[in-house]
Amino acid sequence: MIDVAVVAFTQRQEAAISGESEVEFMVPLMEQAKASVGLTQSDMGFTCSGSSDFLAGQAFSFVMTIDGTGPVPPISESHVEQDGAWALYEAWVKIQCGGIDTAFVYGYGKSSPGSLRDVLATQMDPYYVCPLWPDSYAVEALAARLMLEGGHVSERRLAEIAARSRASAASNPHAVRSEPKSVDEILAEEHVLDPLRPSDLPAEADGGCAVVLAAGDRARELCERPAWIRGMDHRGDAHTLGVRDLTSSMSARLAAQHAGVADDKVDLAELYGPFTTSEHLLIEALGLDEDGTAINPSGGALAAHTMMASGLIRIGEAASRIWRGDGDRAVAHATSGPCLQQNLVCVLEGD
Amino acid sequence: MSADRPEARDPLAAPAALSAPVTLPEALAGAEPVESVCTPIRMAYTYTPGRALSRYLRAMADKRILGERCGATGQVFVPPRGVSPLAGAATSEVVELADTGYVESFNITRVPIERRPDLKPPYCSAWIVLDGASVGFLGLVINLAPEEVRIGMRVRAVWKPDEELETSAANILGWEPTGEPDEVITDYERIGRIEASDP
Repeated sequence: MIDVAVVAFTQRQEAAISGESEVEFMVPLMEQAKASVGLTQSDMGFTCSGSSDFLAGQAFSFVMTIDGTGPVPPISESHVEQDGAWALYEAWVKIQCGGIDTAFVYGYGKSSPGSLRDVLATQMDPYYVCPLWPDSYAVEALAARLMLEGGHVSERRLAEIAARSRASAASNPHAVRSEPKSVDEILAEEHVLDPLRPSDLPAEADGGCAVVLAAGDRARELCERPAWIRGMDHRGDAHTLGVRDLTSSMSARLAAQHAGVADDKVDLAELYGPFTTSEHLLIEALGLDEDGTAINPSGGALAAHTMMASGLIRIGEAASRIWRGDGDRAVAHATSGPCLQQNLVCVLEGD
Repeated sequence: MSADRPEARDPLAAPAALSAPVTLPEALAGAEPVESVCTPIRMAYTYTPGRALSRYLRAMADKRILGERCGATGQVFVPPRGVSPLAGAATSEVVELADTGYVESFNITRVPIERRPDLKPPYCSAWIVLDGASVGFLGLVINLAPEEVRIGMRVRAVWKPDEELETSAANILGWEPTGEPDEVITDYERIGRIEASDP
């Protein structure tokens, strides 16, 4: 196994970026990420991105953003129609294949041009479910009801998760929901999708992020304290909600096992839980101890939810804390699909 | 991790649960199978073109065509997207282009297309290189029999009447011949290529 580390990270998240196209707001982020470790695009052995045509509302939308990497003459490049965390996984595999020691990864999404809750309905089964246009937040509320009625979680616990996210987000300049609220204030909110309250829902954002990966000695040259990827795995649950147990996340549990989360203490965890219910399930599935592990020090996706980037942002947030010495061992998680259908877990360590 | 793997089996064999025969209940015995379903999908977006294209579309309302220059290579792109695919960097300068240029390539369409009843076949679509631009962009050659269009032909924009101008690329109805001598293309290898030049 070749040692690979996250050595650079930039992000931008705002409630709505309406005046700039995707490539216009991504180019500065991409340039800053590379420049922060003294690299340019020509130094990159491989480039991989994650985005979605369904958000952009146009076919092959990612091709426009590739212009920002200078693809003429052609470069070694790939794209996933998933969160950028899966693009990072592909880049990591590419480095494992040998021959390159750097990779550039980015993910971005603008949800504001459309209705995210409707757009996400189209990821459901096209014959039986999508024609019913299930609001994606309402689908999560179904899972929340199961969890609450089955005694897997309490409304107070969900409110505590929401309050923690708000408190942590106060020091995150990229958060779009960071006004502090007490647990009681959150419990006093009216339900919007009973049993979910506004604070249980993700704070929708537009934006993106960029990451540089480097292997072995190259990583040590570029970064004083590289965030080494010690384990990474991704798993998927069934597509059909009816065959799943929505009160736990089997795929997240498996991914955590194979990534080696439990092999040592975890100083901090950046979890992509779009809802308070998902964060609760993830803490359980990853076997995290909330007393010993700082959960979502950035505020997580509850504080800023940028589709197609929030997972890669979790990896970047975790890595930057390793660079800064805020922790020695971190877990980053990404999800995709309804009710935590797919999960990626990445374990990062400093030397 | 290999210890966790299930025993190897023939990957092409159907799982046991799926290989059992399916039997329909008696009540459905004579039912015709559904061979297709129609599930219309419609999503509404409020699309924003971004900085570069917004400038381009606003200028269109004044019958002006804006391109953008790549600071690294000197190439001028139109329509502008705010970025140079050669440099992988933001463009550095907005350039106003002439509404004249030449036909770099063209085709003649002889069948109608559903959403453009206004286009009567045969008509000529062309890749037009504006004076001052490094790349071509799409337009119709009009006011000329399609058979007479040729590579290198000089053309100028035919704009909508002033009172109908909008912030839209549709302001250019088409491109008509100027009657000037043809652009002499001595190096056909160059056609369709974007090459770096000194800024």
